[in-house]
Formats: sequence, C-alpha cells, structure tokens
Amino acid sequence: MARANRQSDVRVDITLPTQTRYLSLVGNLGEELARDIETYSGDRAELGYNLNLVLTEAMTNAIEHASKSSKKLRIIIRVWREELCIRVYDQGEGFDFGAVNKPELDNPTVGGMGIFFIKTLMDSARSYKSNSNHILEMRKILN
Amino acid sequence: MNLKSEKINGSTVLYINEKRLDAHNSPELNERILKLLENGETKIIVELGDVYFVDSSGLGVLLSGFKNTASHKGSFILTGLQSQVRSMFELTRLHRVFTIRPTLQEALED
Repeated sequence: MARANRQSDVRVDITLPTQTRYLSLVGNLGEELARDIETYSGDRAELGYNLNLVLTEAMTNAIEHASKSSKKLRIIIRVWREELCIRVYDQGEGFDFGAVNKPELDNPTVGGMGIFFIKTLMDSARSYKSNSNHILEMRKILN
Repeated sequence: MNLKSEKINGSTVLYINEKRLDAHNSPELNERILKLLENGETKIIVELGDVYFVDSSGLGVLLSGFKNTASHKGSFILTGLQSQVRSMFELTRLHRVFTIRPTLQEALED
C-alpha cells in the first residue's frame, strides 16, 4: 500500500497564524506526542525534545518565508508504528532546503543552525512546492 | 520576556526566567544585551537555570552577545545550563566558544 494511504495511528492537523507566539504551543505538542509513542524503543524524552526543536525551527522558517499576504500556516503530524512524519505548509516562496549548507561549526555564525538541527535530528527532510503551498516534510524512523 | 538583571561585584547578571529561549522571545534578550553594552556594562553573566529549551534563534542571540561583548573587550559568561540545553551547545560545538560555568558563584569568581 502506498505510504500516503496508510492509516496512521495518530494524525494531528492544525492551522495557526504566522506568529512566533505559537512556537511553544506547537513545540510542546510535538514533545507531548513523542512521549506518548509506546512503540518507540529509544529514549522518548530525547525524541520529544528533538521534535520540539525541529517543529520550532520549521515553523520559524515558515513564518520567515511566508508571503506578507499569508496569515496562516498549517502543520500535519502523522505517527505510524514504524515512523513519524511532519509536514509544515506555508504560502511563501519557500527556499531550497537542500541547498542550505551545514554551518561552519569551527567558526560558528548565527545563520543556518535551524536547518542543521532539522537535518541532524530527523532521518530525512525535504522541501517542495505543491499548488500554492511550500511544504517542508520531515521524517523520523521509530522502529 | 521575563528577564531580570542584577549587578554583583561589577558584573551584570541577566536572569532568563523563561522555560524557552526561542525566536519569539530571543530578540528581547538581544536588545537587552546591546543596551547593557551601550551603557558600558561589559561584564555580563547570563543565568540560564530556568531555561529548558533553546532553539537556533536563542543560540544565535547568545552568540551575538558573546561576539559583541568581545568587541567591547568585555566578558560574557553562561551559567546554570540544564542538560538538554548543554546538549544543544555540544551539538553545535558552541560549548567550545563560550565560557560556561556550572554555577553563578563560579561565574562571578572568573
């Protein structure tokens, strides 16, 4: 069966204003969700913290890149037994996620670290356009 | 942002009384640090004991604070890092850049 058609155990679909005041709400939601994944054999507290971080970074990126007329962004989190997928939708121009270089950790600068966290803490991440949406998709293997 | 400051033995201690330091509240910390430097306060200690979560924006503001303080020939010390926050510094290798002390007392003795 195609991945898109599989029934997920948990599906969270939220739409929020493009405002940073909602970062903690979304981050904490991801963290609580991860702590509740009983099938995950690893450290659930660590997974929760990491999801809090990648959701915060992805949402911050979406807010920064959203077009001025765009007032909302949408986040869908789906959890299956073996993996977890987060999609962040915004109506901005987006950016080439793959082209963002790893920051120079021996000579650290302010930029680029958010993408670095996402690429480091998730098993896969990509961005693409679909209709008027820019989508950042991140996946984490659970088992 | 719940941010308090106190002058102790010539150092300005900034207490970040927040669970999160992220893109929402870190600009306020940035402004506060820049204001301190403008006022000639160049010995800064940032107390992070309450902070459970820090994102790239928070790390960026701390890094800017460190670099700006260095350009004023001052000192910028972090203290009270929770284990999860320390992990963020290690992941980005920023623990090798900053002066980090376990307790405020040790930071004041530096």
